[in-house]
Amino acid sequence: MAFRPLLSRTLGLTQTLTHSHSHTLTQLRGLQTFSLPDLSYDYGALEPAISGEIMQLHHQKHHQAYITNYNKALEQLQDAVAKGDSSSVVKLQSAIKFNGGGHINHSIFWKNLTPVSEGGGEPPHGSLGWAIDTHFGSMEALVQKISAEGAALQGSGWVWLGLDKESKKLVVDTTANQDPLVTKGANLVPLLGIDVWEHAYYLQYKNVRPDYLKNIWKVINWKYASQVYEKECP
Amino acid sequence: MALRSVSRKSLCLGLAVGQVRGLQSFSLPELPYDYGALEPVISKEIMQLHHLKHHQTYITNYNKALEQLDEALAKADSPSIVQLQSAIKFNGGGHINHSIFWKNLTPVREGGGEPPKASLGWAIDTQFGSLEVLIQRVNAEGAALQGSGWVWLALDKELKKLSIQTTANQDPLVTKGSALVPLFGIDVWEHAYYLQYKNVKADYLKNIWKVINWKYASEVYEKEIP
Repeated sequence: MAFRPLLSRTLGLTQTLTHSHSHTLTQLRGLQTFSLPDLSYDYGALEPAISGEIMQLHHQKHHQAYITNYNKALEQLQDAVAKGDSSSVVKLQSAIKFNGGGHINHSIFWKNLTPVSEGGGEPPHGSLGWAIDTHFGSMEALVQKISAEGAALQGSGWVWLGLDKESKKLVVDTTANQDPLVTKGANLVPLLGIDVWEHAYYLQYKNVRPDYLKNIWKVINWKYASQVYEKECP
Repeated sequence: MALRSVSRKSLCLGLAVGQVRGLQSFSLPELPYDYGALEPVISKEIMQLHHLKHHQTYITNYNKALEQLDEALAKADSPSIVQLQSAIKFNGGGHINHSIFWKNLTPVREGGGEPPKASLGWAIDTQFGSLEVLIQRVNAEGAALQGSGWVWLALDKELKKLSIQTTANQDPLVTKGSALVPLFGIDVWEHAYYLQYKNVKADYLKNIWKVINWKYASEVYEKEIP
């Protein structure tokens, strides 16, 4: 299945319009809407690690809802900005962060997974493999650390393998709710994110989040993570 | 089924050496109804997992954290004492919240869903206009909650006013205001409804009112406002 780009269009901010009192009004130009990216594999292709039922709900319901609500919030933002309604502009940031974050995070997540038949679970070679061994000691140690952080996360959130593109160091970090990794550090680039919201595993694993975390490694797309890494550390 | 009290013993703090004296452990309270008794509103499977797995885990981890706190206090190990507060808040909060939640629910044949009368019914009408309005607002707050958490009908026992509050994760209602008393809470963590309602949280919220135990909420209200 062909993978469509993340955004159908980009959001452009126009130049400011000046009033005679030298107050400026900023308008959002050409606001386009985001849409659900296709998965590059069938819903059932990640079984038995992640069930087809979960993949379908997760993609078509959860991710879609974030996109729908993100688009709505951006539309409302456009209106509020046009009216100079700062109160609404600020109030909308919560919905934009949550739903926009949900869209960002899930778009990355689908690329972080791949069927076993497409290399899912195959450990990274090349520079990322070497960086993991250097920073964490071994692949096993990294997997342990990520799984432990994911299991310990209170409430809903994500566990990430990130690259600090300034220091060129790998980090394991978590974010709450739909906060993107960048909220933990402006230089952090997500190589791999694992969704630990209950909707990501409950139908199959029930309350046993550690089992989900143990099994997901079988379908992790290390090729993609390596690509992202090598782009930042050529 | 008899409802056992939330804690077997109370937690006592010794003054002089800052040690936790006579630390006892908490245990899972029994439900006053069968796991299947809230069907079709909340499935037996959910009730069973929610009680025996989720609530039990909070209790197990709460007890463990308190034990570690005991040791840290004995050693005057402040970094550990402080570090343990997160686990205590989360797991202790989980125990508090779920203990309340089981009492907030009751089968239809035991009065589940029967609207409150007397002083609580009157207070709701006065402060919200009607029960329908209250329900609408609780559902809206529950639906809008980002991530995991709870939605509460709260009584400010000082101001004698009702309010709707939400808390994140397992934060108890009191974290929103020390005078707030929970009349009832609705768990909106995904584990509370997902097996049955999938992503449609709004349907769970719409249906749960059929098994809300208003009698219990009224008792709590009348205790604070006799």
